[in-house]
Amino acid sequence: MSPAGVRGRLDVNIKQKSFRAASGGNLQVLGELVFSLGSGEVAALVGPSGCGKTTLLRIVAGLDHDFDGNVAFPAHGTLAMVFQEPRLLPWRTVEQNVQLAAPRATDAGLEMLFHTLGLEAHRDHYPGELSLGLARRVALARAFAVEPDLLLLDEPFVSLDDALAARLREELAELVNRRPVTTLLVTHNVEEAIGLADRLLLLSISPARILADVPVARPRAAHTPAELAALREEIARRLNQPFSGANL
Amino acid sequence: MGTRLVSLALLIAAWYACSQLAGARLLPEPQAVALAIVDEARSGALAFNLGATLARVAVAFLIAMALGSVIGLIMGRSRIADRLGDPWLIVLLNLPALVIIVLAYVWAGLTETAAIAAVALNKLPIATVTVREGARSLDHALDEMAQVFRMGAWTRLRHVLLPQLAPYLAAAARSGLSLVWKIVLIVELLGRPNGVGFEIGVAFQLFDVTRILAYALAFIAVMLAIETFLVQPLERHVARWRPRPA
Repeated sequence: MSPAGVRGRLDVNIKQKSFRAASGGNLQVLGELVFSLGSGEVAALVGPSGCGKTTLLRIVAGLDHDFDGNVAFPAHGTLAMVFQEPRLLPWRTVEQNVQLAAPRATDAGLEMLFHTLGLEAHRDHYPGELSLGLARRVALARAFAVEPDLLLLDEPFVSLDDALAARLREELAELVNRRPVTTLLVTHNVEEAIGLADRLLLLSISPARILADVPVARPRAAHTPAELAALREEIARRLNQPFSGANL
Repeated sequence: MGTRLVSLALLIAAWYACSQLAGARLLPEPQAVALAIVDEARSGALAFNLGATLARVAVAFLIAMALGSVIGLIMGRSRIADRLGDPWLIVLLNLPALVIIVLAYVWAGLTETAAIAAVALNKLPIATVTVREGARSLDHALDEMAQVFRMGAWTRLRHVLLPQLAPYLAAAARSGLSLVWKIVLIVELLGRPNGVGFEIGVAFQLFDVTRILAYALAFIAVMLAIETFLVQPLERHVARWRPRPA
């Protein structure tokens, strides 16, 4: 029995994770990774492409059990994930896709979600009739309809144009603010990480280790451009990359 | 629709022309066959025999589809099951239908069970192979999605698994139906006291080509009706989500 306050607590203690390479031998993708998220905390995993962020998220999601170490999350806690691709059931409508994942969601709850994400007109559409941006919104709606204790987001806005990604980021921030949920966000976009997270976990190149654990002061909206620039600079320095800028 | 009717009219015209050349004994005229159908229908024999054959088709088809789907799904998902079952499949696929039928009658007697088992066993490997192909092409990403969202077994079966298998099940059903009814006729010819196959056997012994054609055409009409009013609407329903070309 865990008290209600720690329902969303996540403890990650990974010693290492390797894949067997096709040519034989082992390819280590994750080094030692130890961190905890308090209930309602939003953390962003930031690191270069191919550093093992998605692998880490899959381990936390319980999709990959082949690693050394353990991930502790309350057994009865509910989980929701937004994958890199929307992963909707093409043969079910938008509304059915959400309801199948969240059978306990109320009509009023769904109404509000569809309204916030601008999906009202698309409830009866099939995923094949949606643009990528809309399909990603449905994936977001599905994740929030579950009212999860832990939300995992795997580059949810990748391959969208900047304006649309920014809008969706705002909508996501609004949803997280309305109902705080422990969130692990994977991204290689520093702006996105700063805009959404309380904490940035900076990862090294593969095998991934945590280079730095950078807190982002709240409220997020109060950041001045100078503060943001300083934060970006610090992140670039910590990541120890020969280049800086939004996309690492 | 109009083209189809023209095509059908041409077929009947060709039939008529051939019957004039070959003589009514070898190939009766279309109207003679039509009259024979009406006669058989009046006496009740047509409905009785069609019913007996259809019942056998339905039972054998359902057994073969159910077993074939389950075995195919297991073989498509498990490498060990696939390796264990594959030689059996190859044996069954290459065993002539006639051998299975004769052996079933020898081992189990001239019974209804033997007849239906023989037909189902003939259809089983093809259903299995088709569904196995479907199981191999299942989308792992959707499986993971269902796992993360902790969907129940029923939801996964009904909304994740079956829609992915639907095209393969439809292909297995369609090819299966046409195969099963042909084999049912042979089974009836060899060891059943009724059914379309039995009637054709009797007609063959009497050299009654009119009756052979009457029963064959009546049965084709029934299968055509099943295809038009059952299989095609079902396929349209299953494919309703696919974006149609404008």
